[in-house]
Amino acid sequence: MPETATFRQNRRRIRKAPFAVLTFFLLLWLIGVSTGEPARVLEQAIQVCLSCIGIG
Amino acid sequence: METVRKWFQVIVALLSNSSWSFPFTGTIYRGPLKVICAPGLNCYSCPAATTYCPIGSIQQLLGNLRFALENGQYHFGLSVLGILGVLGGMFGRMLCGWACPFGFLQELLHKLPTRKFAIPRILSYGKFMFLLMFVFVLPLVLVDEFGAGSPWFCKFVCPAGTLEAGLPLLLLQPGLRESLGLLFLNKFVILLLCLGWAVFSSRPFCRTICPLGAFYALFSRVRLVRLHLDESKCTNCKACHHVCPMGVKFNEAPDDTECITCLACMNKACKFDAISLEIGGIPLAVTEKRLS
Repeated sequence: MPETATFRQNRRRIRKAPFAVLTFFLLLWLIGVSTGEPARVLEQAIQVCLSCIGIG
Repeated sequence: METVRKWFQVIVALLSNSSWSFPFTGTIYRGPLKVICAPGLNCYSCPAATTYCPIGSIQQLLGNLRFALENGQYHFGLSVLGILGVLGGMFGRMLCGWACPFGFLQELLHKLPTRKFAIPRILSYGKFMFLLMFVFVLPLVLVDEFGAGSPWFCKFVCPAGTLEAGLPLLLLQPGLRESLGLLFLNKFVILLLCLGWAVFSSRPFCRTICPLGAFYALFSRVRLVRLHLDESKCTNCKACHHVCPMGVKFNEAPDDTECITCLACMNKACKFDAISLEIGGIPLAVTEKRLS
Protein backbone atom coordinates (compact mmCIF):
# COMPACT_ATOMS: atom_id res chain seq x y z
CA MET A 1 0.00 0.00 0.00
CA PRO A 2 1.53 3.40 -0.96
CA GLU A 3 2.24 5.85 1.86
CA THR A 4 0.01 8.93 1.77
CA ALA A 5 1.45 12.43 2.15
CA THR A 6 -0.31 12.83 5.53
CA PHE A 7 1.16 9.54 6.78
CA ARG A 8 4.68 10.61 5.80
CA GLN A 9 4.18 14.06 7.35
CA ASN A 10 2.90 12.56 10.60
CA ARG A 11 5.78 10.09 10.77
CA ARG A 12 8.24 13.00 10.51
CA ARG A 13 6.43 14.90 13.26
CA ILE A 14 6.32 12.14 15.88
CA ARG A 15 8.35 13.16 18.90
CA LYS A 16 10.48 10.40 20.37
CA ALA A 17 11.35 11.97 23.73
CA PRO A 18 7.96 11.25 25.40
CA PHE A 19 8.25 7.57 24.51
CA ALA A 20 11.78 7.37 25.94
CA VAL A 21 10.55 9.03 29.17
CA LEU A 22 7.57 6.69 29.39
CA THR A 23 9.77 3.63 28.87
CA PHE A 24 12.20 4.78 31.56
CA PHE A 25 9.49 5.35 34.18
CA LEU A 26 7.69 2.17 33.23
CA LEU A 27 10.92 0.28 33.95
CA LEU A 28 11.26 2.15 37.23
CA TRP A 29 7.71 1.13 38.16
CA LEU A 30 8.42 -2.50 37.26
CA ILE A 31 11.55 -2.52 39.43
CA GLY A 32 9.52 -1.07 42.31
CA VAL A 33 6.77 -3.65 41.82
CA SER A 34 9.32 -6.47 41.73
CA THR A 35 10.56 -5.45 45.19
CA GLY A 36 7.04 -5.78 46.60
CA GLU A 37 6.64 -2.06 47.15
CA PRO A 38 2.91 -1.80 46.25
CA ALA A 39 2.07 -4.03 49.23
CA ARG A 40 3.97 -1.64 51.51
CA VAL A 41 2.22 1.37 49.91
CA LEU A 42 -1.16 -0.28 50.49
CA GLU A 43 -0.19 -1.03 54.09
CA GLN A 44 0.54 2.67 54.63
CA ALA A 45 -2.54 3.87 52.76
CA ILE A 46 -4.99 1.90 54.88
CA GLN A 47 -3.62 3.28 58.15
CA VAL A 48 -4.43 6.71 59.52
CA CYS A 49 -1.22 8.48 60.45
CA LEU A 50 -2.58 11.18 62.74
CA SER A 51 0.62 13.19 63.04
CA CYS A 52 0.82 13.19 59.22
CA ILE A 53 -2.42 15.14 59.04
CA GLY A 54 -1.57 17.54 61.82
CA ILE A 55 -3.29 15.76 64.72
CA GLY A 56 -1.32 14.51 67.67
CA MET B 1 -14.81 22.18 26.31
CA GLU B 2 -14.72 24.03 29.62
CA THR B 3 -17.91 22.24 30.66
CA VAL B 4 -16.35 18.90 29.71
CA ARG B 5 -13.30 19.74 31.82
CA LYS B 6 -15.46 20.70 34.82
CA TRP B 7 -17.39 17.43 34.62
CA PHE B 8 -14.15 15.51 34.24
CA GLN B 9 -12.84 17.18 37.42
CA VAL B 10 -16.02 16.25 39.28
CA ILE B 11 -15.85 12.63 38.10
CA VAL B 12 -12.17 12.22 39.05
CA ALA B 13 -12.81 13.79 42.47
CA LEU B 14 -15.68 11.36 43.04
CA LEU B 15 -13.73 8.34 41.80
CA SER B 16 -10.77 9.23 44.03
CA ASN B 17 -13.16 9.56 46.98
CA SER B 18 -15.85 7.00 46.33
CA SER B 19 -16.08 5.19 49.66
CA TRP B 20 -19.07 6.67 51.45
CA SER B 21 -19.36 4.22 54.33
CA PHE B 22 -17.37 6.43 56.71
CA PRO B 23 -20.40 7.96 58.50
CA PHE B 24 -21.13 4.42 59.72
CA THR B 25 -17.60 3.08 60.20
CA GLY B 26 -16.19 6.32 61.60
CA THR B 27 -12.87 5.73 59.85
CA ILE B 28 -11.15 5.54 56.46
CA TYR B 29 -11.57 3.07 53.59
CA ARG B 30 -9.17 0.14 54.01
CA GLY B 31 -9.84 -1.87 50.84
CA PRO B 32 -7.56 -3.07 48.03
CA LEU B 33 -8.37 -0.15 45.71
CA LYS B 34 -5.91 1.87 47.74
CA VAL B 35 -3.11 0.33 45.74
CA ILE B 36 -4.14 2.70 42.91
CA CYS B 37 -2.28 6.00 42.65
CA ALA B 38 -4.35 9.21 42.71
CA PRO B 39 -3.37 11.38 39.73
CA GLY B 40 -4.00 14.59 41.70
CA LEU B 41 -3.38 15.74 45.25
CA ASN B 42 -5.88 13.70 47.26
CA CYS B 43 -5.08 12.75 50.85
CA TYR B 44 -5.29 9.00 51.48
CA SER B 45 -6.35 9.60 55.06
CA CYS B 46 -9.54 11.23 53.73
CA PRO B 47 -12.34 8.94 55.00
CA ALA B 48 -13.76 8.59 51.48
CA ALA B 49 -10.43 8.17 49.65
CA THR B 50 -10.12 5.03 47.54
CA THR B 51 -6.67 5.80 46.09
CA TYR B 52 -3.27 6.56 47.61
CA CYS B 53 -1.58 9.94 47.51
CA PRO B 54 1.77 9.64 45.66
CA ILE B 55 3.33 12.52 47.58
CA GLY B 56 2.34 11.03 50.95
CA SER B 57 3.57 7.59 49.88
CA ILE B 58 7.01 8.76 48.76
CA GLN B 59 7.55 10.57 52.07
CA GLN B 60 6.45 7.53 54.08
CA LEU B 61 8.66 5.17 52.07
CA LEU B 62 11.71 7.42 52.36
CA GLY B 63 11.07 8.10 56.05
CA ASN B 64 11.02 4.36 56.75
CA LEU B 65 13.80 3.47 54.32
CA ARG B 66 16.30 2.60 57.07
CA PHE B 67 13.93 0.03 58.61
CA ALA B 68 13.11 -1.38 55.19
CA LEU B 69 16.77 -1.80 54.26
CA GLU B 70 17.52 -3.45 57.63
CA ASN B 71 14.80 -5.98 56.77
CA GLY B 72 16.17 -6.53 53.27
CA GLN B 73 13.35 -4.61 51.58
CA TYR B 74 14.50 -2.21 48.86
CA HIS B 75 11.59 0.22 49.10
CA PHE B 76 13.06 3.37 47.59
CA GLY B 77 9.71 4.58 46.25
CA LEU B 78 10.48 3.42 42.69
CA SER B 79 6.98 2.08 42.03
CA VAL B 80 5.44 5.41 43.08
CA LEU B 81 8.01 7.46 41.15
CA GLY B 82 7.52 5.14 38.19
CA ILE B 83 3.75 5.54 38.05
CA LEU B 84 4.08 9.30 38.59
CA GLY B 85 6.62 9.45 35.76
CA VAL B 86 4.33 7.51 33.44
CA LEU B 87 1.45 9.86 34.27
CA GLY B 88 3.73 12.89 33.93
CA GLY B 89 5.24 11.62 30.68
CA MET B 90 1.78 11.20 29.20
CA PHE B 91 -0.07 14.24 30.51
CA GLY B 92 2.29 16.45 32.56
CA ARG B 93 0.44 19.21 34.34
CA MET B 94 -2.70 18.51 32.34
CA LEU B 95 -3.49 16.34 35.38
CA CYS B 96 -3.48 19.48 37.54
CA GLY B 97 -6.06 21.05 35.26
CA TRP B 98 -8.24 18.01 34.75
CA ALA B 99 -7.74 15.51 37.60
CA CYS B 100 -6.85 17.29 40.85
CA PRO B 101 -9.65 17.71 43.42
CA PHE B 102 -7.77 20.43 45.33
CA GLY B 103 -7.10 22.35 42.10
CA PHE B 104 -10.78 22.06 41.25
CA LEU B 105 -11.74 23.48 44.65
CA GLN B 106 -9.45 26.46 44.08
CA GLU B 107 -11.03 27.08 40.68
CA LEU B 108 -14.48 27.14 42.28
CA LEU B 109 -13.33 29.59 44.96
CA HIS B 110 -11.80 31.84 42.29
CA LYS B 111 -15.23 32.23 40.73
CA LEU B 112 -16.37 34.31 43.72
CA PRO B 113 -16.83 37.87 42.47
CA THR B 114 -13.98 39.89 43.99
CA ARG B 115 -11.02 41.91 42.74
CA LYS B 116 -8.38 39.54 41.30
CA PHE B 117 -4.62 39.70 41.72
CA ALA B 118 -1.75 38.20 39.73
CA ILE B 119 0.85 35.97 41.38
CA PRO B 120 4.50 37.06 40.95
CA ARG B 121 6.32 34.58 38.75
CA ILE B 122 9.16 34.16 41.21
CA LEU B 123 6.80 32.48 43.72
CA SER B 124 6.23 29.64 41.26
CA TYR B 125 9.73 28.34 42.02
CA GLY B 126 8.63 27.68 45.62
CA LYS B 127 6.89 24.44 44.69
CA PHE B 128 10.17 22.96 43.43
CA MET B 129 11.72 23.72 46.82
CA PHE B 130 8.80 21.97 48.56
CA LEU B 131 9.21 18.96 46.26
CA LEU B 132 12.94 18.65 46.80
CA MET B 133 13.18 19.49 50.50
CA PHE B 134 9.84 18.52 52.08
CA VAL B 135 9.16 15.40 50.00
CA PHE B 136 12.63 13.95 49.39
CA VAL B 137 15.44 15.44 51.48
CA LEU B 138 13.94 16.11 54.93
CA PRO B 139 12.02 12.80 55.31
CA LEU B 140 15.19 10.97 54.31
CA VAL B 141 17.77 12.94 56.26
CA LEU B 142 16.13 14.21 59.45
CA VAL B 143 15.35 11.10 61.48
CA ASP B 144 14.44 10.51 65.11
CA GLU B 145 16.39 8.41 67.61
CA PHE B 146 14.87 5.25 66.12
CA GLY B 147 15.93 6.19 62.57
CA ALA B 148 12.46 7.12 61.31
CA GLY B 149 11.85 10.22 59.21
CA SER B 150 8.68 12.30 59.13
CA PRO B 151 6.47 13.04 56.14
CA TRP B 152 7.37 16.72 56.28
CA PHE B 153 5.04 18.01 53.61
CA CYS B 154 2.00 16.13 54.95
CA LYS B 155 2.80 16.93 58.55
CA PHE B 156 3.63 20.62 58.34
CA VAL B 157 2.16 21.98 55.09
CA CYS B 158 -0.40 20.03 53.08
CA PRO B 159 -3.72 21.94 53.19
CA ALA B 160 -5.43 19.19 51.17
CA GLY B 161 -4.71 16.77 54.02
CA THR B 162 -6.13 19.17 56.60
CA LEU B 163 -9.28 19.71 54.57
CA GLU B 164 -9.88 16.17 53.36
CA ALA B 165 -8.56 14.16 56.32
CA GLY B 166 -7.84 16.27 59.42
CA LEU B 167 -11.18 18.07 59.68
CA PRO B 168 -13.42 15.10 58.70
CA LEU B 169 -11.63 12.77 61.14
CA LEU B 170 -12.05 15.33 63.93
CA LEU B 171 -15.79 15.32 63.21
CA LEU B 172 -15.99 11.51 63.00
CA GLN B 173 -13.84 10.83 66.06
CA PRO B 174 -14.48 13.54 68.70
CA GLY B 175 -11.88 11.94 71.00
CA LEU B 176 -9.14 13.18 68.67
CA ARG B 177 -9.91 16.81 69.54
CA GLU B 178 -8.06 16.40 72.83
CA SER B 179 -4.79 15.86 70.99
CA LEU B 180 -4.99 19.05 68.94
CA GLY B 181 -2.04 21.40 69.30
CA LEU B 182 0.23 23.83 67.53
CA LEU B 183 0.80 21.38 64.70
CA PHE B 184 -2.87 21.42 63.78
CA LEU B 185 -3.11 25.19 64.27
CA ASN B 186 -0.21 25.66 61.86
CA LYS B 187 -1.84 23.45 59.24
CA PHE B 188 -5.26 25.00 59.72
CA VAL B 189 -3.83 28.50 59.19
CA ILE B 190 -2.09 27.30 56.00
CA LEU B 191 -5.39 25.85 54.79
CA LEU B 192 -7.25 29.10 55.46
CA LEU B 193 -4.52 31.13 53.75
CA CYS B 194 -4.56 28.89 50.67
CA LEU B 195 -8.35 28.91 50.37
CA GLY B 196 -8.54 32.65 51.02
CA TRP B 197 -5.79 33.37 48.50
CA ALA B 198 -7.61 31.23 45.91
CA VAL B 199 -10.54 33.65 46.02
CA PHE B 200 -8.30 36.52 44.94
CA SER B 201 -5.71 34.73 42.76
CA SER B 202 -6.04 31.80 40.40
CA ARG B 203 -4.83 28.44 41.79
CA PRO B 204 -2.25 29.90 44.23
CA PHE B 205 -1.46 26.58 45.92
CA CYS B 206 -0.87 24.82 42.58
CA ARG B 207 1.41 27.60 41.39
CA THR B 208 3.51 28.20 44.49
CA ILE B 209 3.45 25.20 46.86
CA CYS B 210 2.19 21.96 45.30
CA PRO B 211 5.02 19.39 45.05
CA LEU B 212 2.93 17.15 42.80
CA GLY B 213 2.46 20.03 40.36
CA ALA B 214 6.21 20.63 40.56
CA PHE B 215 6.91 16.99 39.68
CA TYR B 216 4.54 17.03 36.71
CA ALA B 217 6.05 20.38 35.63
CA LEU B 218 9.37 18.59 35.03
CA PHE B 219 7.71 16.91 32.03
CA SER B 220 6.53 20.10 30.32
CA ARG B 221 8.91 19.67 27.37
CA VAL B 222 8.68 15.92 26.96
CA ARG B 223 5.07 15.03 27.69
CA LEU B 224 3.04 13.11 25.15
CA VAL B 225 -0.06 15.34 25.26
CA ARG B 226 0.60 19.05 25.03
CA LEU B 227 -0.44 22.26 23.36
CA HIS B 228 1.40 23.23 20.17
CA LEU B 229 1.94 26.73 18.84
CA ASP B 230 1.96 27.22 15.08
CA GLU B 231 4.25 30.24 14.85
CA SER B 232 3.33 30.86 11.22
CA LYS B 233 -0.28 31.51 12.28
CA CYS B 234 0.43 33.41 15.52
CA THR B 235 -0.09 37.16 15.14
CA ASN B 236 1.34 37.96 18.59
CA CYS B 237 -2.01 39.51 19.57
CA LYS B 238 -1.47 38.27 23.18
CA ALA B 239 -5.11 37.21 23.55
CA CYS B 240 -3.85 33.92 25.06
CA HIS B 241 -2.16 35.85 27.88
CA HIS B 242 -5.45 37.21 29.16
CA VAL B 243 -7.38 33.93 29.49
CA CYS B 244 -4.71 31.73 31.06
CA PRO B 245 -5.57 30.83 34.69
CA MET B 246 -1.89 30.04 35.37
CA GLY B 247 -0.44 33.30 34.07
CA VAL B 248 1.26 31.61 31.09
CA LYS B 249 2.19 33.75 28.09
CA PHE B 250 1.59 30.90 25.69
CA ASN B 251 2.86 32.46 22.48
CA GLU B 252 6.14 33.34 24.21
CA ALA B 253 6.62 30.04 26.07
CA PRO B 254 4.49 27.15 24.69
CA ASP B 255 6.24 24.62 26.96
CA ASP B 256 5.87 26.70 30.11
CA THR B 257 6.05 24.59 33.28
CA GLU B 258 2.87 26.28 34.55
CA CYS B 259 0.63 25.20 31.62
CA ILE B 260 -2.14 22.90 32.88
CA THR B 261 -3.56 22.36 29.38
CA CYS B 262 -7.00 23.63 30.36
CA LEU B 263 -7.38 24.58 26.67
CA ALA B 264 -8.68 28.09 27.48
CA CYS B 265 -6.10 29.72 25.18
CA MET B 266 -6.97 27.37 22.31
CA ASN B 267 -10.74 27.55 22.63
CA LYS B 268 -11.48 30.94 24.18
CA ALA B 269 -8.70 33.21 22.95
CA CYS B 270 -6.92 32.32 19.73
CA LYS B 271 -8.86 33.41 16.65
CA PHE B 272 -6.17 32.33 14.23
CA ASP B 273 -6.01 28.57 14.95
CA ALA B 274 -2.39 29.00 16.01
CA ILE B 275 -2.84 26.72 19.05
CA SER B 276 -3.66 23.04 18.79
CA LEU B 277 -3.54 19.99 21.01
CA GLU B 278 -1.00 17.40 19.95
CA ILE B 279 -0.23 13.83 20.97
CA GLY B 280 3.38 12.80 20.52
CA GLY B 281 3.86 15.52 17.90
CA ILE B 282 0.72 14.76 15.86
CA PRO B 283 -1.78 17.64 16.09
CA LEU B 284 -5.37 16.89 17.00
CA ALA B 285 -7.17 19.58 15.05
CA VAL B 286 -10.32 19.76 17.15
CA THR B 287 -10.87 23.24 18.52
CA GLU B 288 -14.38 24.28 19.46
CA LYS B 289 -14.34 26.83 16.64
CA ARG B 290 -13.63 24.12 14.08
CA LEU B 291 -16.32 21.89 15.53
CA SER B 292 -18.94 24.64 15.28
